[in-house]
Amino acid sequence: MAKLVYDKTGRLEFTKEMRREYTILVPNMAPIHFHILESVLRSHGYNAVLLQNEDSSVVENGLKYVHNDTCYPALLVIGQMISAIKSGNYDPDRTALMITQTGGGCRASNYIHLLRKALHKAGYDKVPVISLNVSGLEKNSGFKLTLPLIRQAMAALVYGDMLMLLSNQVKPYETEPGRAMALVEEWSRRLVADFSKGNGYGKKEIAQNLQKIASDFNDIPVQMVPKVKVGVVGEIYVKYSRLGNNNLEELLAQEGCEVMIPGILNFVMYSMEVNLDDIALYGGSKAKAALVRRMMAYLCSIEKAMIDAVKQYPRFQAPSPFYHTKSLAKGIIGYGCKMGEGWLLTAEMAELIDAGYGNIICTQPFGCLPNHIVGKGMIRKLKEVYPISNIVPIDYDPSATSVNQENRIKLMLAIARENLQAGSPRPATAQPIPQVAPSKAKAAMEPIPSSGGGHGTF
Amino acid sequence: MKIGIDIGSTTIKCVVLDDSGALVSQSYERHFSQITEKAAEMLRRIRQQYPQQSAVPLSITGSAGMGMATSCGIPFIQEVYATRLAANTYLPGTDVIIELGGEDAKILFLTGGTEVRMNGTCAGGTGAFIDQMATLMKLTPDEMNQLATQATQTYTIASRCGVFAKSDIQPLLNQGAQKTDVSRSIFFAVVNQTIAGLAQGRPIQGHVVYLGGPLTFLSELRRCFDETLHTTGLCPENSLYYAALGAALSSQDQVELDQAIDRLEHYHNKEQYASIPPLFRDTAEYEEFIARHQRDQVEYADPATYQGKAYLGIDSGSTTVKAAVVTQDGRILCSLYRPNNGNPVEIARQFLLDFYRDYPQIQIASSAATGYGEELIQNAFLADYGVVETVAHFTAAKRFMPDVDFIIDIGGQDIKCFKIRNGVIDNIFLNEACSSGCGSFLQTFANALGYSVEEFAQKGLLADAPVDLGSRCTVFMNSQVKQAQKDGASIENISAGLSISVVKNALYKVIRATSASELGQHIVVQGGTFLNDAVLRAFEQELQCQVVRPSVAGLMGAYGAALYSMKNQSGHSTLLGPQALAEMVHEVKTAQCGLCNNHCKLTINSFGGDRRFISGNRCERPVTRRAPGEAPDIYEYKLKLLRGFEQASRPGPYGKIGLPMGLNFYELLPFWHTFFTQLGFEVVLSPLSDRSLYLLGQGSIPSDTVCFPAKLMHGHVQTLIDSGVKTIFYPCMTYNLNENLGDNHYNCPVVAYYPEIIVGNLPAPKDVTLITDYVGLHRKKDFPQKMQQILAKYFTGITVQQVRQAMEAGSQAYHHYFDQVRQKGQQIIDEARAQGKPIIVLAGRPYHVDPEVNHGIDKLICACGAAVVSEDCISQHEEKFPTGVLNQWTYHARLYAAARYIANQPDMDLVQLVSFGCGLDAITTDEVREILEREGKIYTQIKIDEITNLGAVKIRLRSLFAALDGTEGSAEHGKTGI
Repeated sequence: MAKLVYDKTGRLEFTKEMRREYTILVPNMAPIHFHILESVLRSHGYNAVLLQNEDSSVVENGLKYVHNDTCYPALLVIGQMISAIKSGNYDPDRTALMITQTGGGCRASNYIHLLRKALHKAGYDKVPVISLNVSGLEKNSGFKLTLPLIRQAMAALVYGDMLMLLSNQVKPYETEPGRAMALVEEWSRRLVADFSKGNGYGKKEIAQNLQKIASDFNDIPVQMVPKVKVGVVGEIYVKYSRLGNNNLEELLAQEGCEVMIPGILNFVMYSMEVNLDDIALYGGSKAKAALVRRMMAYLCSIEKAMIDAVKQYPRFQAPSPFYHTKSLAKGIIGYGCKMGEGWLLTAEMAELIDAGYGNIICTQPFGCLPNHIVGKGMIRKLKEVYPISNIVPIDYDPSATSVNQENRIKLMLAIARENLQAGSPRPATAQPIPQVAPSKAKAAMEPIPSSGGGHGTF
Repeated sequence: MKIGIDIGSTTIKCVVLDDSGALVSQSYERHFSQITEKAAEMLRRIRQQYPQQSAVPLSITGSAGMGMATSCGIPFIQEVYATRLAANTYLPGTDVIIELGGEDAKILFLTGGTEVRMNGTCAGGTGAFIDQMATLMKLTPDEMNQLATQATQTYTIASRCGVFAKSDIQPLLNQGAQKTDVSRSIFFAVVNQTIAGLAQGRPIQGHVVYLGGPLTFLSELRRCFDETLHTTGLCPENSLYYAALGAALSSQDQVELDQAIDRLEHYHNKEQYASIPPLFRDTAEYEEFIARHQRDQVEYADPATYQGKAYLGIDSGSTTVKAAVVTQDGRILCSLYRPNNGNPVEIARQFLLDFYRDYPQIQIASSAATGYGEELIQNAFLADYGVVETVAHFTAAKRFMPDVDFIIDIGGQDIKCFKIRNGVIDNIFLNEACSSGCGSFLQTFANALGYSVEEFAQKGLLADAPVDLGSRCTVFMNSQVKQAQKDGASIENISAGLSISVVKNALYKVIRATSASELGQHIVVQGGTFLNDAVLRAFEQELQCQVVRPSVAGLMGAYGAALYSMKNQSGHSTLLGPQALAEMVHEVKTAQCGLCNNHCKLTINSFGGDRRFISGNRCERPVTRRAPGEAPDIYEYKLKLLRGFEQASRPGPYGKIGLPMGLNFYELLPFWHTFFTQLGFEVVLSPLSDRSLYLLGQGSIPSDTVCFPAKLMHGHVQTLIDSGVKTIFYPCMTYNLNENLGDNHYNCPVVAYYPEIIVGNLPAPKDVTLITDYVGLHRKKDFPQKMQQILAKYFTGITVQQVRQAMEAGSQAYHHYFDQVRQKGQQIIDEARAQGKPIIVLAGRPYHVDPEVNHGIDKLICACGAAVVSEDCISQHEEKFPTGVLNQWTYHARLYAAARYIANQPDMDLVQLVSFGCGLDAITTDEVREILEREGKIYTQIKIDEITNLGAVKIRLRSLFAALDGTEGSAEHGKTGI
């Protein structure tokens, strides 16, 4: 059995020996993307397992082992992991956990520490936790983010974004329900097979695969009827995870909406880009800036491959290039705002409105600090620039009831349907900020005409 | 003909329109969660009334009708949307609609860009809230409305949520505030909640219409809205029915009524509620449990035959009054356990009068008061001692289990837990104002469902599948319980679920324990709520252990107080005798203190003669009539230093620049003030925060769950604008200065980016410039150039060189400020040590210096006889060290450093101030606690918000001091008693 090795701060490391013997549990943030990512990790010799447990013990364990005022995603992710270990399906002496660590000013950078505290409380001190980060926060001898691994992971995300984007655009209109999702599964299988052979992540291959994916989705027979188009933005976990957002996608499908969820690649690019913004705003290393620019160039190139593939088919709405999305935030929020989803969240709302998805659900964990600013805090400003925007912020946490959330979403949808019926034109460009004067109209306030006595009550 | 049905959280409304769209009939009833039955019943009546109409356009609206309508094949329309439809039809020309419902609050802007807003998941200030408050005061909402007409003054009541408001109102009532004033204050709280939560920067003006139950029935509530909005709103005829009318108007498809009725009657919710294991497997297990707990009896003595000395303890709790008279050997002669009905003095007086009359042979040799109303009771009856609750409870618990090492008390309003080590209270946990899922919570639900709390609890004991309700706050629990009812949960299973939820709340939210071993070996449970067998069982089940529940679980405070008074008896009791008691006149008056700028609202209880008791005061001035001397209080010193910068402002060529005095300006002011003064600006500071400043800005707050210090910024900026300043400087700052104590030096997201909120939501006149650029003070090398570029956007002629010089001067001022604070801190520490005073590190954030934010807690600590320093007075003594969390915020790094520093200072203890809603403190509090507890220190946390009542804080502080003293509750050690 692997020896337990601790670093000088007393943190349990994930060693090379463990890499051979241990199962690594990975939380499931976005099903399509993470399924492919899992295979990437596996092809690199990590026995990664994507967690699928979503029963009530997840929240229960989260509440039990995590400070209840902590954000909901932390509670869920940690609850999911502990619940999995407790289930008896994994040997606690041969299990490691993996969690991302962003290193930004939001408390999400502390998830990993909260996870360790929770493991300690639950009596699993021997379970090592691997930090997945590109900021050099924590290192483990048994886990290395090599360049091929990073590139494959990026490819996995692009594929995930592509499959999510196109399935969302086809599903509501397909004449044979189920075709789009079947295609997602088929492509996931193919990509997983590719990755396990070490293929599928060269720039050229990516481009070819994306072209094929687009073409396959285009082949699904559809009947285009006008549907309410809804965009979803928010804190990254509750935005993508059905565990986090009470299965929002399904609710919207039931309501007959077409959904657009901006991809994860945006977030990756944003996380890079903020380094450049920082340097521009406050000064900093030119060498670092050059390095970041090179990585951005690489990401832009695969982003372009995706956009090009989608654009072949005019019926599909392609995502706007990252830098265009970024430009939409200008005048609404500063580029220095970089904690959590930062300006990207605001920019994505603007992008969605521009693309005809002006009905927006802004998902956030209850009390999410960055979202006070970039989500709820920017709705008024967006409304000024885009008067037809119809944005509803929805809070998620263990206490929020689904009825409450659903009711607010339904209100947003009622207005969306009204706009749809009125044939509200797609705003090609932003409107100038209107100065609305309060109506001084002195219309008579007539009481309801009542048809006389006798019928006041039954 | 068209029909609309509106199914809300508590009521069901139904309207019928004729073909011309005129209302021909309407009905309004409570549904008691019998939703489908009631809906079917209403439709059947319509069917009978209009037999010729078999198929009619019909729609359902309202949150409770949501899932059901669709399953029954009846069209559904969202209620806010329906309301808007009706308003556009019947009230053309309306600009704004304010609608309050059972659990919802809504504002609809109809003109100038339609917008509809609904309260989020935090649902204070609605009909349910008013009902709850009315119940608390033993009034009906109508009576409350009546009383409100006679109000003479308004108290500030937290308007965020019912639980908060409750903890404001209860102490007010206990202190004798008039119900008239409280009633009106509650209505104003609703108004503020609605505006702060929903207006979000949009002015409410023009033709305003009030809809929904509370606004229809409560004229005073409408008046409060009118007053606040400076308008006269209209409450139209049929104001209860707008959602239903909208539903009717929207109906297009013909619905076969008989079929619809049939479907409603046969509607079975397919949803299954989530359940948890039952409390008892069978009755045998229950009986074994009961038998085991019957062992822990307290002995009684017959007062009719008892001769000799007796001791009185009175525990005036938040909702109940408890009293016990005990014999010299601790047997109970007589006891009282009654709801206080808002007037504990009268109830206690009657109890004592009866006792004196019935048992004249017994001499009460000593007495003590405890609980929330301790001071009031002590003053009213001249009780010999006032004893802090924790000490009273510990004294009582020891009687049952001499080696007790953990006590948990769940009362009506609060949860208190303490660990005992070496015979003294060692650690204290009290619930935060927000998570009070306690006794009154069970009571509220029991009453709402038509049971007494005893009956209700009894029902849950043998429930087969208790509802899994989690542990959530009362407001959320309301809708969760309704959901469970809809999903077919029985009363029994709901009752059991609620009891289990109370326990979970105590364990996971308050104590944050995960196993019994963390608590102790010998656990005593007490407090009225534990008299409830279901709660007791749930507690044992959740922790998998056996505990002791004294038979007088609800009386423990009073019993302990009696024992305490016995132990400390002086030989001659000061307690009022029968005659004095009979002649006692109790009057309550309210007044506003005019002795300083705080203008505290005082409640003056007079008891005849010149005996009186003043409460509501933050300092001792209204009592002693003397100006307080200089206290060993760094908070006061810091505030004085910072406000002193105002004097250094002088006119300059660039004119006035306003700085809002909140959040990070509380520390960076020395820098920015000097910086701008040097550059040639006349620096104007916004004034000290107060209530009216807050209210001034509350309309533009977009996120009502953000922390209070951030919300105050709206008021500060608004005040600057109103004062005529044309340029306001409030920069975004991702990074703070690096003090090399942590892994990074961020500001928290709210401090960093709140300027974005201000500029995006606060409607500023065109000629006012808000400078909210991103500034990096952490890079001194780049700052001059970057800052010059920013300034050049707004002013001409400022050079990089000038910026550099101003920066140098600013830095110097900044460091000078810190030197002064640290010197003063050291001086306070030295003097306290010389006098043998305890030193409290009141740790928080720089902006906790704001008196409106800290509510005078610093002064309260000084009044307890301790000296107050802040975390930044001592954090410099530590180097960076490894922490269990990522140490990446400048302010928070100081907290960890301070905690580590005091771990080795025997005369220093730490009290952490935490702003409600501060997400980062979910992380820092645990870490600070860990650092302290590793060294055997007590960790004390105080959550602060808009809340102004200091009762709970006082108890917490006094408990801390009692624990520090290491007393078992003997009065001689009471050097720190208030």
